Amino acid sequence: MSPEPILTVDNLEQRFKTPGGLVYAVNGVSFQIAAGESVGLVGESGSGKSTIAKSIVRLNEPTSGSIVYRGRDITRISDGEMRPLRSKLQMVFQDPTLSLNPRLTVRQTLSEPLKLHKIAGGKADLNAHLNRLMDLVNLERFYLDRRPGQLSGGQRQRVGIARAIATQPEFIVLDEPTSSLDMSIRISIIELLRNLQREMGLAYLFISHDLSTVRYLCSRVIVLYLGQIVEEGTVEEIFANPLHPYTRALLSAVPIPDPALRSSRNRIVLPGETPHLTHPIVGCPLADRCPYVEPSHREGRIPMIDVGPGGHRVACLLYQEGSDVAAPDIGEAA
Amino acid sequence: MTDPRRPLLSIEHLSIGFPNEQDGAMLPVVRDSSFTVDRNEVVGLVGESGSGKTQTAMSVLRLTKPPGRVLNGRILLDGDDILQMNDNQLRQVRGRRAAMIFQSPRTSLNPLMTAGKQVGRIYERHQRMSGKAADEAALEMLRRVGIAGPARVAASYPHQLSGGMAQRVMIAMMLACGPELLIADEPTTGLDVTIQAQIFELIQEIQQETQMALLLITHDLGVIAEVCQRVVVMQLGRIVEIAPVKTLFDDPVHPYTRRLIGSILRPDLDVLPPSGRGVDYPPVPLNTGGMAYQAVSVDAWRSAKVGRPEMLEVAPGHLVLAHEVGRSDDSVENPAESGVERTAEEAVA
Repeated sequence: MSPEPILTVDNLEQRFKTPGGLVYAVNGVSFQIAAGESVGLVGESGSGKSTIAKSIVRLNEPTSGSIVYRGRDITRISDGEMRPLRSKLQMVFQDPTLSLNPRLTVRQTLSEPLKLHKIAGGKADLNAHLNRLMDLVNLERFYLDRRPGQLSGGQRQRVGIARAIATQPEFIVLDEPTSSLDMSIRISIIELLRNLQREMGLAYLFISHDLSTVRYLCSRVIVLYLGQIVEEGTVEEIFANPLHPYTRALLSAVPIPDPALRSSRNRIVLPGETPHLTHPIVGCPLADRCPYVEPSHREGRIPMIDVGPGGHRVACLLYQEGSDVAAPDIGEAA
Repeated sequence: MTDPRRPLLSIEHLSIGFPNEQDGAMLPVVRDSSFTVDRNEVVGLVGESGSGKTQTAMSVLRLTKPPGRVLNGRILLDGDDILQMNDNQLRQVRGRRAAMIFQSPRTSLNPLMTAGKQVGRIYERHQRMSGKAADEAALEMLRRVGIAGPARVAASYPHQLSGGMAQRVMIAMMLACGPELLIADEPTTGLDVTIQAQIFELIQEIQQETQMALLLITHDLGVIAEVCQRVVVMQLGRIVEIAPVKTLFDDPVHPYTRRLIGSILRPDLDVLPPSGRGVDYPPVPLNTGGMAYQAVSVDAWRSAKVGRPEMLEVAPGHLVLAHEVGRSDDSVENPAESGVERTAEEAVA
């Protein structure tokens, strides 16, 4: 991480009022993203990952905490104040079928941000920009005059990506951009995202439950459970040396597409289910499912401690501050 | 009646059609598909959306939704053709001999009945138990599928259950039937990874214990690799390859299978797939018995100008959809060598 982050999320809390009472969706999340860095935010349903994404692009107003973009606190600024920043801070949504206006042609969809942010001047300039965008996302230019209904799922998502990069942003929140796509198409979209990141120097916050994709696209990973960060570190560290019992269970649960490894896998299955967040969490969020839980783990807030190279940090009382920490033999526990 | 050498399920030349919106002509969504599932075998049916995998599975229990219908073929369950059965015979098959679990367990359960009652009803119907005995059997079955508080879950309505819990209830219902064949259509899609691991572990445990045959429909090659013995690959309504699981991953032949295997991202290795993805893999030349064939991606048939497709056995148990393209150049081979030879392997790799 460079010393000058473009995004700093500090002690973010998000509670929602629902008919069933308060839901504690995000509970004190802090992280930073540097310019040009690609960070994966992984977790299962109810982990708060999408809520965090929405708070960053201001589709949610956080209950408390702050989001600082390029030194400016954007947590509670007005829409008018936010507008100039919108061009730099973009989002790609999960389902392009829902996020693209079905009545607009690709040309209209992509022209909108170019005009709004005064990026393209005259007609010739606009066309030049549109053609360049289509080239960047590997779509033939004749698709400019099609509507979303005439495009395949993969092509639609390319349009969604083109719209996000139209304003030459420096930071894009990607909310499960490939989860609605078929597998043979998924890889080409991931590849496109990776190339764009390199060519345009983009920073990504990539929200996903698919660890294989995160491994491929990101340099750093943040693991969420019940609205709290339980572990973070470089992709190399997290995949080679996961420490938090939740991270270890999550990694071991992913089926590996290699029949030769079938018998040699050591799967950690956590008992129980993700609980509902209807009460504030005290102590470790995993306490009810963790094979190593001790009474002391159910008190206070578990601090994040430094445990390894590259900013590898974990919120788990099984470990002590220091480097080169090894995980206990969790083996067939649970 | 039961012949142990005969496959438990044999689908022969199955075609399923749905009427076209304009003129009502039947458009095939599954075409000329044949494969088998043996007793105690786990077979994966893999394909992307629109491949016809779910329609194939639904037709086995005659659940094809009208106006769609089976246009052609036979579906033999232990020798009995399901497509020829009357309603009474069909009732004897559904649940008892073949059962199905679906992708969205919550919507496949009856929303107006508690989970316990739904499992209990199966005991009442199939095993003619009294209400009280059925309730107790249901509780026991819920416990067996790993539900920690079976009494609480039994008293819950489907909307009160989590996705993972609802799928366990579905599995309990299916187990209460004790079928010889279980068809599971994306049983963990939409569930979290850690819950998915729990459900697969349960399904595998039950399969090994009861030795029922399992036809698993999925788009997830990771699941295929970990659970299945044999794999059937579908593309655009056609079966394009059938192979033992290891062969399919190590030595895929059909261009579409190659594309699928080639787009795998591995969570466990730092190996990136080669670049240039999303492109079509070229046709694969295959030679047999003096004739030359080509395996061509289904979406590329028209431009490829090839003949009628057929399933070609390239190795024992390994079948590939291929088209005859004329006489083979190296047809002067040793006549004793009747096996198929793959040529120009390097050109496609």
